[in-house]
This record gives sequence, structure tokens and C-alpha cells, in this order.
Amino acid sequence: MNAERHTANAQDSGSNSQDATAHARTSRALDAAERLNPTLNAFLQIDRTGALLQAEEYDRRRSNKQGDELIPLGGTPVAIKDNICVRGLQASCGSHILENYQPPYDATAIERLRRAGGIIIGKTNCDEFAMGSSNENSAFGAVRNPWNTKLVPGGSSGGSAAAVAARITPVALGSETGGSVRQPAALCGIVGLKPTYGRISRYGLVAFGSSLDQIGIFSLNVQDVAKVLGVIAGRDERDATSADVAVPDYAGNLTNEIKGARIGVPRALFGEGLDEEVREKVESAIDVYRDLGAEVVDVDLPHSRYAIAVYYIIATAEASSNLARYDGVRYGVRAEEAATLDRMYRRTREHGFGAEVKRRIMLGTYVLSSGYYEAYYRKAQQVRQLLREDFRRAFEKCDAILTPTTPTTAFPLGAKTDDPLAMYLNDIYTCTANLVGIPGISVPCGLSSENLPIGMQLVGKHWSEKTLLQLAHAYTEAQPFTALPPATALAT
Amino acid sequence: MPITEADIEKLARLAQLELTDEERRALAPQISSIVEYVEQLNEIDTNGIEPSLGGLTLEGERTETMRDDAVRPSLGQKAALAEAPDPASGYFRVPKVL
Repeated sequence: MNAERHTANAQDSGSNSQDATAHARTSRALDAAERLNPTLNAFLQIDRTGALLQAEEYDRRRSNKQGDELIPLGGTPVAIKDNICVRGLQASCGSHILENYQPPYDATAIERLRRAGGIIIGKTNCDEFAMGSSNENSAFGAVRNPWNTKLVPGGSSGGSAAAVAARITPVALGSETGGSVRQPAALCGIVGLKPTYGRISRYGLVAFGSSLDQIGIFSLNVQDVAKVLGVIAGRDERDATSADVAVPDYAGNLTNEIKGARIGVPRALFGEGLDEEVREKVESAIDVYRDLGAEVVDVDLPHSRYAIAVYYIIATAEASSNLARYDGVRYGVRAEEAATLDRMYRRTREHGFGAEVKRRIMLGTYVLSSGYYEAYYRKAQQVRQLLREDFRRAFEKCDAILTPTTPTTAFPLGAKTDDPLAMYLNDIYTCTANLVGIPGISVPCGLSSENLPIGMQLVGKHWSEKTLLQLAHAYTEAQPFTALPPATALAT
Repeated sequence: MPITEADIEKLARLAQLELTDEERRALAPQISSIVEYVEQLNEIDTNGIEPSLGGLTLEGERTETMRDDAVRPSLGQKAALAEAPDPASGYFRVPKVL
């Protein structure tokens, strides 16, 4: 399998290495996490005791051959973004306001991972409440990119991406509102999937933008992403937005046979702002698809240049509403020395939230406020409709649309922190999929001259994950990405 | 439209945030420039376009159905209060309201 090739030097070789015990694999992952964390800051909590207990329990169940349900993930160590609830572990969401919070329940995705033999080794660092594209908005310090520790790993799921890229765990969960899985996957040289809106239950995922949020999956290879998706996807009655759509066997029959597939390329998005090296590598990826027998067609997404504007109205409006719950009453940190309830709310939120979260709450409050709602929020929802229409038309001509995942490779820490708008433009290729609700996957497609990974993205129709995974798999088989980030040398 | 520090203060009240002077000063131009950026949407004629509320497809919407109104086990008072900053006698305690 692919992972063997990808991880020749690595701690763990993917979810199929069932020869080693879960205990041995988990120990290795924990060792690597502890050894690398001072350098990468990828984990906010490493749960050695709990993880080893889970692993022992798994090994016991396996040796007793209790049921087939254990098999899919076979004792695979998994890292979980800190905005997904795992019972008994912290869920700070990268924020001071929740730094002492321990959810009393497992998210549905976590429940399903455990049942399938996934071993949770810890919680990963992220931008505060998943708001950011560089991981620099974490209240607990930025994550470093395993390819170059002076650079950002991307965000907001930067810790999960770094953990997989540094070969600490073969799989990690993140979350997406506007590209927070695909963008760090691209900047860290791994595979990252954002499924269709409604594909994975969000019960236990801390809400940011409720019409956009979706749990996503990181791995070194497409096969493992498919396997994890098959485990965690599907209807959950605790999340009314989780759809009752059949979950196909995503990991089965992933072949190289994609002859006749139609790949749409929106040429207009390959111009201004796109780094030349990124453009070249993505063009080469298009050639690979041609060589594999796919038909490459031009598509037009005329409203996608407005996507960032639409996104930052809708996402901040929803965030300002969702984050109203952090008031120092039911959970989290409360500011002391406030004599009245009103003062207590304000002080708690003033001390608990970081600069970017406040900025977005303020912007969201503005676009929803009386007199501006029609001009901003309603307008954005209308343009969102036009975007959906763009994609519907494009998918009449093709099975998937191929673009770069990000306009550039990883950038230096601090490079964009003073300019929120420049930071937001990182999401230019990714946030449309969230607005429209369709799935997208980022796959590594080469290295820049500075030895930094470049990612290409495929997006497809609603519920077309099987097709996307097939297309991504065929590409990675034809064009394996085998380079290892320098940080992996520290792991052993 | 430029956003003043007075506007920022008003928004902060709506959002229950107590900003420092420094934050107010920084936020005014930042919010202004983001608002200016998003105003490019005004170039688009959206007359008669139905707003799109979210990413759900028909398949997803179909599942938003009622479930049986039956009592089921829940967290319970103890666990529900366990994370509260100031629980007292089975309640969430807050500073004086009046």
C-alpha cells in the first residue's frame, strides 16, 4: 500500500500495519509527539496514559477476536484538533476562554473512530476557535511547519496537519469552515479532505460558522483518508444537519482507472496572485490527468472572485452569533472582580478572546446590525446562491474541478499578522467549497525550489467523495509524493 | 464607509466586549478596510436572487425530520454543572443582576 512508500523513514506506516500491536504503534506515536512537540508545538495535550489504555484494550479485544467492527482502523493512532470534543481531554479550541474546559462527552466522529479501532493520542493546536490561516491565532503559540520551522503550517487545523506531516500519527482530524483542512494539508505536503456539508456529524465539534463547518480528515495517503471517512460519515440524529445519505465503501476499489473522467479547469483562477511555481506544479498535475486518460475541459466560475467577500460576511456573522455562548456562566473561564452580570460578561469575553476572534465578532456584529443586514448579510447570501449556480453549471461539464489549493507555499511566521485582509486571501481557492457545501480534497503535487510542498485541489459535486478519492488516488499512484520534511529526522 | 471609534464602541456593546483604547484604535481602520473590501459585492446585480442559507442539499434537508418526543438519559445535573466557574446548590451562580 501507498503508505509504505510514503513513510519509509517513519514512525508508523498507515492504518494497515496491523502486524504491530496497537500498544507498540501508540507508544511510538506518543514518543514522537513528545519528542517533536518542543519544536513544532503541534499538540496542546498528549494523553499518554489514556492512549495506552485504549491501545491495550484494543489489543485485548483483537486477540479475543471480538467482532469485525474493530478492523477498519486496526489500532491506528489518531490526533484530534482541539475544537472536537473527546471525553476526559481538554477542548480549549486554542482559546484562553476554554483553557480549563473538559467536555463530558465524545463527539460522534470520536465515538465512531474509537469503535473502529482508532486510538486517540492527543489534542492538536489550532487557531483560536478555528479562525485563521496560519495557526498564529492560537492562544498557546503558533504551530511550526515541519518542512521549515520558521514558516507557518497553515491553519486553522495546523497542529493536526503538522502531526501527520511529521509522521507522528498516520491520521488526524481537523475541521473546516473556509479551507482549514485543505490549506494546511497543502502547506504541509499531505492529503486533506473536506467532505460534503452534512456528510460527517458535527455533534461535539465546537461551532464557528454553522452553515459552513465540517469535520475533515488528514493523512499521508488517499487510502487512509477514504478509510476514516467510511468510519465517521453518515447520519447522526444528534446533528440535524447530518444527512441521511448512504455511505459507500470509500476505501474499496480505489483503482488507477480514471479513463474518461472529465477534469474541469477554471483558467481564470490561474492568474493574478498565484505564485509561478505553484502554477507550474498544478499545470503538471493537469498533464498527469491527461496522461491517465482524463479529459480536461475549461470551466467558468464567474462569481468565485467574490467568494472571500461573501465568506467573510457569512462566516463572521455566524461566528458572532455562535460565540455569544461564551459568557463565563456554564463553562470556561470567568473574569473575576466584576460586580454586575453585565460587567462579568464583558470582562470575561475581553480577557478570554484573542485579537482575531474579537475582530470577527465585531465584523459579524456589524454586518448583522440593524440597518446593515440587507446590505451585507442578505447580499452575501444572494451571491452565495450565484456561486452555487456557477458550480452547478460547471459540473454539467465535468466530474471534478482542479485548482491550486493555495496561492503560495508556506509563508514565514509573522508575515501576515498585521494585515487581516492579506491573511484572508489565503482561502481564495478553498472557501468556495464551504459556501457551496461541496467536497474538496488537497493532494501534494510537488516541491518548490525552496523545498516546500505544493498542493492541488479537486472539488466535486455534493456527495461525490467517492469520485474525488478515486481521482486523487489515481494521481498519487502515478505521481507519488515521497519527500520527507526535515522535522521527521527529529522524531526518532 | 469609514468606521469610527465611536462605531466600534457601539458594536463592542452589542457584542458584549469591553475593549481597551488600544484595541478600539486598531479595530476602526481594520474593520473599515475589510468592510470596504466586502463592498465589492455591490458590483453584482442580485435583484430577484433567492438568498442561499447554507450548504445543505435536498438530500440533507430531507433528514431534518422530527424524532419521537421520548425521555432519554442525558448528562444529568452533576455533569452539566461540573464545568461551571461558579456552581452553587445545583445552579449556575452569577453576579448580581440588579
